Amino acid sequence: MNTKKNSGPVKWLLIGICAVFLIVMLVLPLIYVLVTAFREGVGAFWEAVSDEYEVKAILLTIEVTVLTVIFNTIFGVFAAWLITRFQFRGKKIISTLIDLPLTVSPIIAGLIYVLTFGRQSALYPYLKEAGIQIIFAVPGIVLATIFVTFPFVSREIIPVLTAKGTDEEEAAALMGAGGFRIFREITFPHIKWSLLYGIVLCSARAMGEFGAVSVLSGHLRGKTNTMPLYIELLYQGYDFTGAFAVSAILVLMAVIILVLRSILERRGKQDNQTI
Amino acid sequence: MEQRNNKTEAANENYLELRGINKAFQDCHASRDVSFGVKKGQLVALLGPSGSGKTTILRIIAGLETADSGEILINGKDVSDVPASKRGVGFVFQNYALFRYKTVYDNIAFGLKVNKWKTKDIRERVNELISLIGLEGLEKRYPNQLSGGQRQRVAFARALAPNPELLLLDEPFAAIDAKVRQELRAWLREMINKVGVTSIFVTHDQDEAIEVADEIIITNAGRIEQIGSPMEIYRNPDTAFVAEFMGHPTRIDNIGSFSGFGQLGSEYHAVIRPENVSISKAGETLRYEISTEEGVVERVLFRGREIDLWVRIHGILVQGMRKIEEAPVQEGEKVRVFIYRAYVFGEDQKVQIIGNSLINTEETVII
Repeated sequence: MNTKKNSGPVKWLLIGICAVFLIVMLVLPLIYVLVTAFREGVGAFWEAVSDEYEVKAILLTIEVTVLTVIFNTIFGVFAAWLITRFQFRGKKIISTLIDLPLTVSPIIAGLIYVLTFGRQSALYPYLKEAGIQIIFAVPGIVLATIFVTFPFVSREIIPVLTAKGTDEEEAAALMGAGGFRIFREITFPHIKWSLLYGIVLCSARAMGEFGAVSVLSGHLRGKTNTMPLYIELLYQGYDFTGAFAVSAILVLMAVIILVLRSILERRGKQDNQTI
Repeated sequence: MEQRNNKTEAANENYLELRGINKAFQDCHASRDVSFGVKKGQLVALLGPSGSGKTTILRIIAGLETADSGEILINGKDVSDVPASKRGVGFVFQNYALFRYKTVYDNIAFGLKVNKWKTKDIRERVNELISLIGLEGLEKRYPNQLSGGQRQRVAFARALAPNPELLLLDEPFAAIDAKVRQELRAWLREMINKVGVTSIFVTHDQDEAIEVADEIIITNAGRIEQIGSPMEIYRNPDTAFVAEFMGHPTRIDNIGSFSGFGQLGSEYHAVIRPENVSISKAGETLRYEISTEEGVVERVLFRGREIDLWVRIHGILVQGMRKIEEAPVQEGEKVRVFIYRAYVFGEDQKVQIIGNSLINTEETVII
């Protein structure tokens, strides 16, 4: 009885706080982004967006995101499989290392790679000889993005695999099924939705990554400028319309991802209910 | 030389044989020098309390765990290095481990597909098994659309599909409610007889083991305590552990102080079961009047078929029973208790069955 009496005002208070917070922190800024982007009319917006460098930035962002997601999906599945299906020494260490990017500042991630592959590094002469440029080039941007986003896929799958247990796989192995078949027929149906969910989160984060990429890219217009970097460049140059126009595109991409995410979540739930 | 010959002969006789199996996990010794043999077509129960190492033995036989030392022979061949999938063993997991994202049909067909059977043969075999387990019409269902009993049947059919020579079942009835369990026990016994596959199942439920198995292997703390038919195990327990595990035992530490067992010193302990005890009301005539103990009834429990009684004698609560037809006994009532026989053991834990000395003087007791 007591809880019922209390729940009314408490519930509304919490809803109110949440709503105010979300409006101030998220909705207003988003509206402001869109308003500023179109302040000087659709023409100005279109001009900013169809700018040669801007198109290149969009394409580079998409390229980096796709590469990152492919790598992290493969790596994430392997890591989750390793951590949930095998007992070995140092498992805790690996599990902790996977979470490292969540706690380390992206700037530091960028610097680490500069130190590892840059001029001061012991690897640099070999890389130079092989003609591979990592720092201030696209490979560096991809590396930094992979680092920052690699917990996303594995962190989504690990709880699902842990909760599911190893029985079904053991049963399949006992019947003589090989590792790949077990993964495809027994394990994959379980992790399908969480894997997709992880991929979505990973791509959202990859698109927006700024810090680590900023250190590694070298800010070469049309070559190594991703969208977030390009936005900063425009902003620093007092081109607010341009900056906000590009931002609007990035926001749009994020919203698409968000919609995808909730569709996936719903599909996954339905799937789990029927099966 | 002669001894060795005897050994190989014994191996030929046993379809499955374990010799000196040891297995230790990080801090627990799960199997200690486990050796036993199973004859072809037999249905054997591994019975013991939880944590006694019975499931480990089953998993070692299946190849899901590797023994630290010892040999496993199937059909006379050492399979210690043969991978699980090549041992020709069917395994029914405790919670069945049915493939959640596969239909009943695909669950049963999986092992056959893996072994590259022809599609036509698979269909024939799966349909045969589905009718054997009586689930016709449910082929397209998913495991979570089935009842516990149906799931168990599917798990059984799936394990049997590739025609294994040996069927291993890990607590096959644990996940099913009591009423269906009774039914399934009889069903499983019948199925295994029908198929004629050598089977070993793990259980912690003595009633289950007694009812279903041809032979029972009692495990305790990684060791085998006793191997024998259900009747042997129940009536002639070898060790104190078995005596205390089977039936509804009461442990008596000072058996020597009980009337009729006075010849036993204080170093002897004993176990008595309700069927070894007769409880009579004051005034009822008794054959062995002088050798009874007086006790006070503390608890009376109506069981339907009989009435269970707990009587306190010399500070120990002894369980006994009375027939429904006999005059009722009240809680707090003084009664006379006669102990026919006790499973007595000393320091070495070896059990001797000792009858009440008063009967022994009058007649020879056949146990």
